Amino acid sequence: MARAGTAEQPLRVAIIGAGPTGYYATDQLLRQEGVVVEVDLYDRLPTPYGLVRLGVAPDHQKIKSVTAAFDKVAAHPRFRFFGGVEFGKDVTLADLRAHYHQILYCTGAQTDRRMGIPGEDLEGSHPATEFVAWYNGHPDYCDYQFDLSVERAAVVGVGNVAADVARILCRSPEELAKTDIADYALEALRRSRVREVYLLGRRGPAQAAFTNPEVKELGELADADVGVVPAEVELDPVSRESIETSQDRAAIKKVEILHGYALRAPTGKSRRLTLRFLVSPVELLGDARGRVVGMRLVRNELYATPTGALQARATDRFEELAVGLVFRSVGYRGVALPGVPFNEKWGVILNEKGRVLDPDTRRPVVGEYTAGWVKRGPSGVIGTNKPDAAETVECMLEDLAQGALRAPAHATAAAAEALVRQRRPSYVSYADWLTLNQLEVARGRAQGRPRVKFTRVEEMLAALGR
Amino acid sequence: MNIASILATKGAQAVTVRPELSVREALGLLARHNIGALIVVEGADRPVGILSERDIVREAARNESVFDRTVAEIMTRDVITGQAQDDLLVVAHTMTEKRIRHLPVVEQGRLVGIVSIGDIVKAQRDHYQGEVDTLQAQLLADQPGRSH
Repeated sequence: MARAGTAEQPLRVAIIGAGPTGYYATDQLLRQEGVVVEVDLYDRLPTPYGLVRLGVAPDHQKIKSVTAAFDKVAAHPRFRFFGGVEFGKDVTLADLRAHYHQILYCTGAQTDRRMGIPGEDLEGSHPATEFVAWYNGHPDYCDYQFDLSVERAAVVGVGNVAADVARILCRSPEELAKTDIADYALEALRRSRVREVYLLGRRGPAQAAFTNPEVKELGELADADVGVVPAEVELDPVSRESIETSQDRAAIKKVEILHGYALRAPTGKSRRLTLRFLVSPVELLGDARGRVVGMRLVRNELYATPTGALQARATDRFEELAVGLVFRSVGYRGVALPGVPFNEKWGVILNEKGRVLDPDTRRPVVGEYTAGWVKRGPSGVIGTNKPDAAETVECMLEDLAQGALRAPAHATAAAAEALVRQRRPSYVSYADWLTLNQLEVARGRAQGRPRVKFTRVEEMLAALGR
Repeated sequence: MNIASILATKGAQAVTVRPELSVREALGLLARHNIGALIVVEGADRPVGILSERDIVREAARNESVFDRTVAEIMTRDVITGQAQDDLLVVAHTMTEKRIRHLPVVEQGRLVGIVSIGDIVKAQRDHYQGEVDTLQAQLLADQPGRSH
């Protein structure tokens, strides 16, 4: 048998998850000189791009423009997309082991962390990710319901996702109508009676995870005034010292922007967004019907850990906040894949620099790798996954050179395609996706929107004549 | 970004040593694992010190029988420990200022991992590289109009 990685026997790689990391890894594998690689990119959804399509907010089209680079990667002759094919269901680990030399898992951080407080499961309390997936038209979430007839909502967390959710709740229908938000979400938000939105940060303004452009954007909403509690954006002595010693310019700027919000008077816009800091919900309060009607908050103070990092700890001061809708966005973790070792502690696939490890021996599982958020946890921006994928690809090529490879029985592109066709006759190829994309963009053009998304799998398949 | 994102891709647990072990045995561990420091633990993985290459070199320079001494005799005792949620920017600053090259990470007093200054520099480099890349991709995208 020819050595893998040659024209006679290309290195056959299956990548699970067609998000940014999957594309970055594909690109790096196909660019290698002197190594012939064939990549099959699998996704359980018929559409590619992962969180760029289904996570990034619809009013952030510019961030979504990274997909142009992904499409260039996908045009490579040794690349194929198998959309609508689920790992562990349509194709199993054993199937992939029989068809590929290497398998790379890039399935992201698909679930949210819980707050772990009483009342968390009351009606009207949701993970922010469900709302995000819903307004972005994720097929699994398009039938979800959110009670937007209440007037007050709280988003727990001050990261990017929390800022997105608060912003979408505060956008006017006119602003949303220019985006590619799912049609049903646009309709529901048009009828929304939410007028007061709170963003709740556990630590102080200098430690908030959202970026400065995001904070600024919150102050530029067409029909929502932004505000803060002045005392909460005053720098406490530990934060001041920390910022001054580390010269964290981004944090200095963030605090400046928030101070600016403290000086703003309401201008009579129809909604109000309030950014709160140094508070944590300790309990969600419900009515007799089991619906959220408020939350009990504890005031926090900051302390420096031995490394000088600032963490929050609860004081004995409490307050109540009346809200009828709660979205939690307090962290994310990966989901274990069938047959793939998982590290429960960090919520990632058990790995070392991207090589999947056997939990008993802590030695690499030959031919299995991981990259992106399911490798290191959710951190950084989309582009952070590029160097992360590069690290894993380097391991894959090193193992190829060392001969630490699987020896699959059916190492041909034709055999893999036959497998997919047999298991999922209705799978979506990249050409199919480009057709769907054109249809979506055309539907959007008529309404002056970037696109109107297909949100149901049946709808997508019907559009493709399946 | 915090320490947890570094520990997540370090599948192997931190290599530890008991204080009563000899320096000879500790050197064997350093060589076998190709690392620069060992966390000295007592009881249920409670860090009580750190033994680095430097500690051994320093002792060897003045005492030829260094191999027969115990880890407890030559380890560094005043160890700064980190927590998984500590922000990398702050940790990087502290490690640079205090010239710390290895930071044991603890949770409720128990060792859960170790990060080196090299790990942190790499994580920061990847972070900035990712940001620059993302911004470049956005600048290059020919999206008409103001969409952000």
